[in-house]
Amino acid sequence: MFKLGKMTFGSLFKKPETVKYPFETKPQPQGLKGHIVLDADNCILCGMCEKSCPTDCITVNKDNRTWNIIPFQCIQCGYCTQVCPKKCLAMDPNYWAASVSKSTNSVPVPDQKKDDQKPAKAAQNNEPVANAEKAPEPAKPVSDADVKEPVAIDGELEAKLAIMDADKAERVRKALLSR
Amino acid sequence: MGQKTIIPFGPQHPVLPEPIHLDLVVEDEVVLEAVPQIGFIHRGLERLVRTKDYNQFIYVAERICGICAFGHSMGYAETIEKLMGVEIPKRAEYLRVIWHELSRIHSHILWLGLAADAFGHEALFMHCWRLRERVLDLFEKTTGGRVIFSVVKVGGVNRDIDRGTLDEFVRVLEGIKDEYNQICNAFLKDPSVYNRTAGVGVIPTEDALGLSMVGPFARASNVNYDVRMLGNGAYGDLSDFKLITSENCDCYARMEVRAAEVVQSIEIIEELAAKIPDGDIAVPVKGAPADGAEACNSLEQPRGECYYFAKGNGTKNLERMRMRTPTSQNLAGMAVALKGCDIADVNMIVLTIDPCISCTER
Ligand code: SF4
Ligand code: SF4
Repeated sequence: MFKLGKMTFGSLFKKPETVKYPFETKPQPQGLKGHIVLDADNCILCGMCEKSCPTDCITVNKDNRTWNIIPFQCIQCGYCTQVCPKKCLAMDPNYWAASVSKSTNSVPVPDQKKDDQKPAKAAQNNEPVANAEKAPEPAKPVSDADVKEPVAIDGELEAKLAIMDADKAERVRKALLSR
Repeated sequence: MGQKTIIPFGPQHPVLPEPIHLDLVVEDEVVLEAVPQIGFIHRGLERLVRTKDYNQFIYVAERICGICAFGHSMGYAETIEKLMGVEIPKRAEYLRVIWHELSRIHSHILWLGLAADAFGHEALFMHCWRLRERVLDLFEKTTGGRVIFSVVKVGGVNRDIDRGTLDEFVRVLEGIKDEYNQICNAFLKDPSVYNRTAGVGVIPTEDALGLSMVGPFARASNVNYDVRMLGNGAYGDLSDFKLITSENCDCYARMEVRAAEVVQSIEIIEELAAKIPDGDIAVPVKGAPADGAEACNSLEQPRGECYYFAKGNGTKNLERMRMRTPTSQNLAGMAVALKGCDIADVNMIVLTIDPCISCTER
């Protein structure tokens, strides 16, 4: 009857195995399959990723030079990163942020020939949460939240947030505000 | 003389989160007959080979089952490699077997925890799942996923494990082994567990053979068959592979066999981690399976032998892909074990057969 006693008693003095989510999260290992990111500068819009994706969540639009992904349809299999001839797709260890509706993330791909004229517009917009300008309606970009002052967060919560590292605190704050 | 009553068990039941329905014909608390019924979660995955090409289907194959996900992608990839006559590098074979044995450990520990929960031993359940979490962390670190790994591809694997991480595998598994032995001590030596499971749900050897039962459930009925002993892939390089069998044929024997297999898997991983050769982890695979080409393959999944059949049609899509999963073999044995048992033992028997219905229905 007391066969498990030693182990159970021992756990009284050990560090807890669980973490206090959301105030604490486990570190993500390198190489975690979080979400797909595109290095737009190298993409040649060849469409290999679109053809090989098993869930058909990528569309490559050559006419308006955009690379589009439906993040919630992506199963993080990483097949597109293997087939891309320019190796410009990669897996980022952070997961997609949750959203209240499905949306398409659209990444503009700069035209290498006209590159000198508009280098600035090309770069960013590779964030999992940042929906591009052309993203179909509702899906309010979560990144909007960080410009507002946190209003619903009281002193006690603020103190807890203060002891986290800055990045994590920001994510928790966003999650709380968007509730 | 009592009156016959039919008591439904499942498809949603607190003991078993698998959608299987049993009609238990009961008289005076004794089960006279159990009629299983499945068909609640058919997803039509085999049909998808017609629309997904043979590379994409790997990601469908691993979604057949959430617990043997790695095994299904490995079994499928091996079948396609046979179909196309591809020989994969030795290192890829080793890596596949290491991950596959690791998923056997996680599957068996998960099941031991559920079994403990079923007979009301909460603490044991927590300890089992705590250990399983460490195995999942190893997966997360090396494959980038905790449940679905997507590391196998036709022609090899797409991630390597470096020497340091392999050493860490061995270290973590040694740590697990210690605690696991204490857990097994509680499982297999505790009189309350023994009284609950010994002599319950007996499947005689002849029945197990006659009904073609597979895996640890057949081995617990003293059937000496395990696909690993055929020495496919890296299993052939093991210095020794001893079958784990039991002659008791009851619920206790099934727990005993599965519990011992965890330690065996840890030893396999340790041996292969020490022996793993250097080299490539994949070969490029071009072209498509020939029209009419057929291949079959079998693999020892955590729950038993899984059989794969593939037929090509000259295009990148296959003509037919068929999988026969271990549970479809073991359900008949479960009906035998349930005959004549007490109604209170039904959940123990069902759990020790551990049917995986999502595999079976695909
Ligand atoms: S991401 Fe890669 S595969 Fe996709 S269109 Fe760009 S270059 Fe081609
Ligand atoms: S990771 Fe897989 S599902 Fe996601 S976009 Fe790439 S190929 Fe498609």
